[in-house]
Amino acid sequence: MTSLSATAPVLLEARALSFHRQDEPVFGPLDFSLHAGEVALVEGNNGSGKTTLLRILAGLLHLDEGELRWRGQPWRRTEHLGDTLFLGHHLGLKADLSARENLAVAAGLYGTRAGRDVPGVLADIGLAGYEDEPVRRLSAGQKKRAALARLLLLPGTLWLLDEPYANLDRTGIELVNRLLAMHATEGGAALVTSHGAVSFLDGEPTRVRMHA
Amino acid sequence: MRGRMSSPRLSTACAAVLRRDLTLAWRRRGDIVMPVLYALIVVTLFPFALGPEEALLQRIAGGVVLVTMLLAMLLALDAMFRGDIEDGSLEQLMLSPQPLALMLGTKILAHWITTALPLIVIAPLLAAMLHLPTAVMPVLLYALLLATPLLSLLGAVLVALTAGTRRSGMLLALMLLPLCVPVVIFAAGAVAAAQQGLPWLAPIAWLGAALVMALVLAPLACAAALRIALDA
Repeated sequence: MTSLSATAPVLLEARALSFHRQDEPVFGPLDFSLHAGEVALVEGNNGSGKTTLLRILAGLLHLDEGELRWRGQPWRRTEHLGDTLFLGHHLGLKADLSARENLAVAAGLYGTRAGRDVPGVLADIGLAGYEDEPVRRLSAGQKKRAALARLLLLPGTLWLLDEPYANLDRTGIELVNRLLAMHATEGGAALVTSHGAVSFLDGEPTRVRMHA
Repeated sequence: MRGRMSSPRLSTACAAVLRRDLTLAWRRRGDIVMPVLYALIVVTLFPFALGPEEALLQRIAGGVVLVTMLLAMLLALDAMFRGDIEDGSLEQLMLSPQPLALMLGTKILAHWITTALPLIVIAPLLAAMLHLPTAVMPVLLYALLLATPLLSLLGAVLVALTAGTRRSGMLLALMLLPLCVPVVIFAAGAVAAAQQGLPWLAPIAWLGAALVMALVLAPLACAAALRIALDA
């Protein structure tokens, strides 16, 4: 699935992307492109700017230098909203609400994919039986799963996943890979950061290296 | 635009945010009770400190109740966006295909319902403890119904501005106090005028005008400030 035909449309294109924090270069210049149906692994050591890159692509951070194009048009934050799903270090879950309630809020804001609903997604993600438990009482891995459930429920073409494998057990890692494979076959694209050696999908993913 | 699935209606999104914030407040009922308890204690202490002389208490009643309410609201103000920033909910809200200012306006409404509304409910009781004449009670309630949302909105902007800083509570209080002054002057002015049998509509109308302006501008300012706070 990573061996793409050249005919797949380019979703995201970055040219000479770089970012500075108080005149200290964080990363870049960086060039890459992401096609529909492509999953790319962002590689780099701690502090190499992986999270910064994802936050820029999500529209949370201001782009310093370089050019970004989304579906061939110059990238604009407002055009992008709702079409990009971001999973950061902070999972965006309310600890006092259950997984079901958290997902209902997300669905209210983003909408849902055709044919998906909250109970089905929670069962798929392996949280059956924990739907009404406050997120505070779930384990770190279960919290991660509750956040991953958002990916399954909400519409969105571009997934930006910051360390999605952290805190997950073997089956959890397989779950992330399954989600990514499903997303890619549906024509979506994903950028995934990881500093650990992960058994990443099948075959060789596209790689975005933060350091030359 | 291409590829965009139809995003949910604005009313659905507002309802989701409002329901979430009210549910969260209900799950932490203790936090709602705190400002109410604080106001009750402060107002109860006044007659003990000043003596039970009815004429004196009557004269200060309106001002004491108003100032106590506003200070009680300050207690809870700090937490308006903090939880959302810490757990990443704000990022999710910001990236959703909904107008951020309106979503934040909804959050401010939820905050007003959970902190100011309980205070307004006990306000007649507190005023009666200080012998405020029953005839003046409606004016006090009008003043509170306009002054408290105004304070919530002004406070929200300052909370958003100080969101990036650690221990913003102190800074927040210092910045908010000058903004409280006109609100207190107009609100207490209306109550005092009503007590003396003078027309009280003008200060209430000023509060109303300020509230309308804050309703329009404060959510926009919050949205801009929080975008900057996360852009770091």
